[in-house]
This record gives sequence, C-alpha cells and structure tokens, in this order.
Amino acid sequence: MTTDLTAGPAGTARGTARRWRERLLSGGSWTVLALLVLILAVIVVINPSFAEPISLMAFAKKAAPLVVLAVGQYFVIVSGEFDLSVGSLVGAQVVIAARLMDGDEALTWPVLGLMLVFGLLVGLVNGLVTTLLRVPSFITTLGMMLVLFGAIRLWTGGAPTGALSESFRVLGRKGFPDVPGQFQVPYALLVALVVVGLAVLLMRRPFGRSLVATGDNAVAVAYSGASVWWLRTRAFLLSSFLATVAAVLIGGFAGVTAQVGQGLEFMAITAVVLGGVALGGGRGTVVAAMVGALTLEALFTLFNQLALPSTVRPAVQGVILVAAVAYAARRRRT
Amino acid sequence: MTTGKISPAGAGRRHHLGSTEIVYLALVGILLVAGVLVAVRGGTLFAQQNVSYMLTQTSLLGFVAIGQTLVVLCRSLDLSVGYVVALCSLIGATTMAGDPSRVWLGVVAALAVAAGVGLVNGLIIAALRVNPFIATLGMGLIVKGFLDTRFKGPEGEVPLAFQTFGYTRIGPVPVSTIVMLLVAAAVFVLLTRTRPGYHMFAVGGNLDVARLSGVRTGRIIVLAHVLCSLCAGVAGLLIAARFGTGNALVYSYGLDLDSIAAVVLGGTLLFGGRGSVVGTVGGVAILAVLDTAFNVLDVNPFFKDVLRGVIIIAAVALYARRQLDPASRRARFTTGGGDAA
Repeated sequence: MTTDLTAGPAGTARGTARRWRERLLSGGSWTVLALLVLILAVIVVINPSFAEPISLMAFAKKAAPLVVLAVGQYFVIVSGEFDLSVGSLVGAQVVIAARLMDGDEALTWPVLGLMLVFGLLVGLVNGLVTTLLRVPSFITTLGMMLVLFGAIRLWTGGAPTGALSESFRVLGRKGFPDVPGQFQVPYALLVALVVVGLAVLLMRRPFGRSLVATGDNAVAVAYSGASVWWLRTRAFLLSSFLATVAAVLIGGFAGVTAQVGQGLEFMAITAVVLGGVALGGGRGTVVAAMVGALTLEALFTLFNQLALPSTVRPAVQGVILVAAVAYAARRRRT
Repeated sequence: MTTGKISPAGAGRRHHLGSTEIVYLALVGILLVAGVLVAVRGGTLFAQQNVSYMLTQTSLLGFVAIGQTLVVLCRSLDLSVGYVVALCSLIGATTMAGDPSRVWLGVVAALAVAAGVGLVNGLIIAALRVNPFIATLGMGLIVKGFLDTRFKGPEGEVPLAFQTFGYTRIGPVPVSTIVMLLVAAAVFVLLTRTRPGYHMFAVGGNLDVARLSGVRTGRIIVLAHVLCSLCAGVAGLLIAARFGTGNALVYSYGLDLDSIAAVVLGGTLLFGGRGSVVGTVGGVAILAVLDTAFNVLDVNPFFKDVLRGVIIIAAVALYARRQLDPASRRARFTTGGGDAA
C-alpha cells in the first residue's frame, strides 16, 4: 500500500530527489521501508516466481498475524510501556478455543465471544496493574506471561486437547474467491488491512495523539488534563484485543500445538522497533510498525529461499536487528 | 545503597523501612508461611536436604542476578545472560577437556569470552546508542545462532577437580553459594565504596546530569555490562561443574527473565538509579525458597509458574506503593550514589 512512494526519486526534480534520498537513509520509518523493498527484491532475484500474485498472497497470509500483533504492540510501546504477555496470550487463546469448541461448528461464535472477553480481561489486568499499582510493565506482563503459560498447561494437563472448528479456521486459512490453487485474496490479509486502517485512524484521533504524548512525557500529559492511566490501560486493552485477533488467524493458519505463540512477544517488539518506533515511547507511526513486521517476515522468507540452516538464522536475525537499530540511532542523535 | 543506613533526609523523621529491609521481611514471611504449610503436610522445610537444595538453587540464579543488578542500576538491561551462561559452560568444558591441568585455562577462557560479549553489549549500547533491550536481545540471538550451529548437544568434559565447585558442601552450605556470596560482597563494596559504583547510580539516576557532572557515562555502562557478563560466565562454569559437561540447552532455563525478576524483587528500580545487591540476594533467596517449598509440597509444575507470576507482580506492586509515599520520594538525591556523583 505504501510501496509506490519509493518510486519518488526517479522522475522528479533534483531537490526532491535529494530530499527522498535523505529520507530513505535517515534511519526512520522510510529506511525500514527501503530495507523491506531491498529484501523483497533479493527474494525475487533468487526466486522470480515469488513476484507472482499467488506467492505474494501466500506471503501476505503468513505475515498477517505478525502485522496484527505488531500494531497491538505499537500502541503499548508508543505509550512508553512493554507487553511481553502477547505470545502467551496467543497460545492461551488458541488452546482455549480448541478445548472449548472441540471441532463443534455450533460453538464457534460463543467461543469467539469468550475469547474476546478473556483477551480484554487480560489487557485490563495488565493495564490496571501497570498504571494503578505502578508496577513496571516489563514486570507486569512478564508475570502475566508466566501466569498464562502455567494456567493453560495446568488446565489442559500439559498438552493441548480438542480441535478448532472449520468455520473458526476460515479467517486464517481461506481466501476470496475460494478456489484451491487459484489466485485468491486471503481473509487474513483483509483482516490485517482493516486493523492497520483502523489503527491509523485511531492514531489521528485525540486518543492517538494523547497516547504518543504520554510516551513522550507522561507528566506533561497529566498536567494538560488527560488521564494517563486510562490512556495506557486502553493501549493494553488494544494490545490484548489484537493478540486475540492474531490468535484467531494463527489458529486458523497453523492449528493447535503446544508451542503456538512461543516467542511471539519478542517478534512483535522486534517488528515495532525495526519500524523505527522508539522503545520508551513518544515516537513512531503505526504504518512503520506494520512495515517492520513485513520486513521481519520477508527476512524469514529470504532465509527460506537461501536455504539457510535453521541454526544460523537467529544469529543473522540478531545482527540485522542490532545493525538496523544502531543505524537508526546514528541519525537520531541530537 | 539503602542497606540499613538512615538517609540524611530521613534522619529528622521517624525511621521508615528501606526497600532492602522489606525484601528480607518478605523473605522471613515467606519462609514462615512455607515452613508452616510444609509442617501441616507433615514434613519440615528446614531439613538438611531441603536447606541444601534451597541454597544450591540460589547460587546459579544468584550469580546471574548479581550481574543483572549492575546493569539495571545503570538503567540498562541484559537479555543475553541466558545465552552467555550456556556459551561459557561449553567454552569452559571443551577447553578443560577432562584434563585437570587445564582447569584454569578453561576458567580463564570462559570468563574472557564472557567479558568479550559484555564488552560488545556495552559498546553497542553506549557508543551506538542502541536501546539495551534490542542490543542484548540481538546479542542473545547471535550467541544462540552460534551455539545451535557449533554445538549439537552436551560437549566437553569437566575434570573431577573442578566438579567439586558444583558439589562440595561445607555443612549444608554448598561451596558455590559461598562463592556467590563472596561475589555479592565484592559487588556490594564496588557499589558502596568505590567511584565506579557511585557513578553507576548516577548514570542510572539521570544519564544527562551524570554526564554534565563529569561522569564518563559510556565507560560506566560498558563496565557494568562487562561485569554482568562475567557474572553470567561464572554461572556457566557452575553449570559445567554440576553437569560435568557444557550444555547449550541451558539457555532455555529462562535465566534472563528470572534474573530481572529477582533483581526487581530485590527492590532495585527497573528504571535505574536505586537499588542494592543485598536486596538482589534477598530476591534470589525468595525465589529459591518458593521453588523449594513448591517442590516439597509437590505442587503441580504448571501451577508453580502461575504462583510465581502472581507473587512477582504482587511483590513489585508492594514496593511500588512505597515509592508513592512522599517521604521516600526523591531519595535518589539524598542517599547512596546521589551525593557522591
């Protein structure tokens, strides 16, 4: 949706070209976009069939859950907090769904409703403990991660049981039009686009503006008359809600396993930070967080195309993460 | 810094408890509750074997958490410690290769590698201005990649002479716990008696103010990270001594997050500038007592995670309440490092 903007430098006046070059190299959101385009270009060079609509849509389907999670994490990070519980929450939601519906189509909607309530409850607890009890969010959500991890395994006796109903899995697995092997727009992509679109709108509203301001200087926001605790609590609610949406997509896409959701919190934070959103809050945009998530997924796809041994991948990921953030920090120095 | 000393500002008022005292009160409380619960079930928590288990548990996490205290005090964070522990256990064990004469070589090699990782962490954070969360997460991933690629399973062999570090006890007290307490004492002296220690508080309290006051902030952050990784390296050697080999899977123990939890449980502010290593040792002890009690009570391991999560949040909420207390506000500028900086 934003890739056409990078075509800017070519046909315009020299001044504009220079401005674009500076933007692309500045280390902010535009740089990660350039990185994304670069990675996608390398993938296409290695494997030209990746550029075909069907492969692109498959990529979009795979990347959608991380985009949704990154948007949720964005709200929390931009307000100056962390949410380490989303990975466990995704795992918990998928396991809850499988156990409660156990493949029964009739239970799909009631269980979805219950997941929504559970997700919001987790977000509310995270938010209230962080804001009202003044526990650092790192600790709150770390504790929540332990609690969810333990509680779900306690409830299922260690291994997840049951099955997801077919209609539950439609969102994560199917597309439109639904003809196997043909070009289709995955529902997951539509969900991700809707989420990003709504998030962009939300960030332009007073809530979004105040949220960014909270991350920048909570005291100033409090003096200007906003209630900081409710702003941040809403950020946690949004994060948990979107983790629930991501759980529906991931459950549909990959099914139920004991490991589902593991490590997703760090992936989401990585994606947001790659997008140039500052940890500690107050800077960065939703679209940048989305681009960060796409970049991370593109990187994994590139690893697959290169047939990179799975053991080397974390190392390459780590180098790129540190290098990208160091590059961004280089230019931000004041 | 707040180990029982009455702050100059508090001297005029009624003496109120510092966070370190609360940690130890909480420890005593938990010991009592756990002791009673175990007694009701017809056991004794303080049987020799339980006490030994408890103390053994403290040493591994203790080393990591002591190092973590230093970086957290500087308003930094180290998420790579778990991987450093695994790396050092392997470096130590493969260098020793079962030869008693190579024990010192193994120790030096492991600690040198640890210090190197810490140096890189510190430089990335201080010189490249990368957020510590990202820098150490990335470093952790890099070390993980190296470990997974280079080592397929347990490797190396630790000579019996060095395994004594893992197993020997004096009475009920394992040698490793004594070494851990010695390291804690050294760090205590560093933080309360030396210039770099005071500077760590200053850097964590306010980086810009510290720099304007003439503190070389970059060096202090690098020093804290090198010391943190060294502590993790010692923990890795302890693992090697216990297992008899090095093991890469140690990184899945969750030592990184556990150590941060222990540091915060010990009353050190996650936002830097306030805290003490004595509190951290208390925090580690609390986690060890919980772990032992859960084991003796035969609590479901998954329920253990739930309880630990709840207790960590509850404890930190309790400390946070105290920091709302106006009497303890701004104490940063009246106690410990603040006046020295």
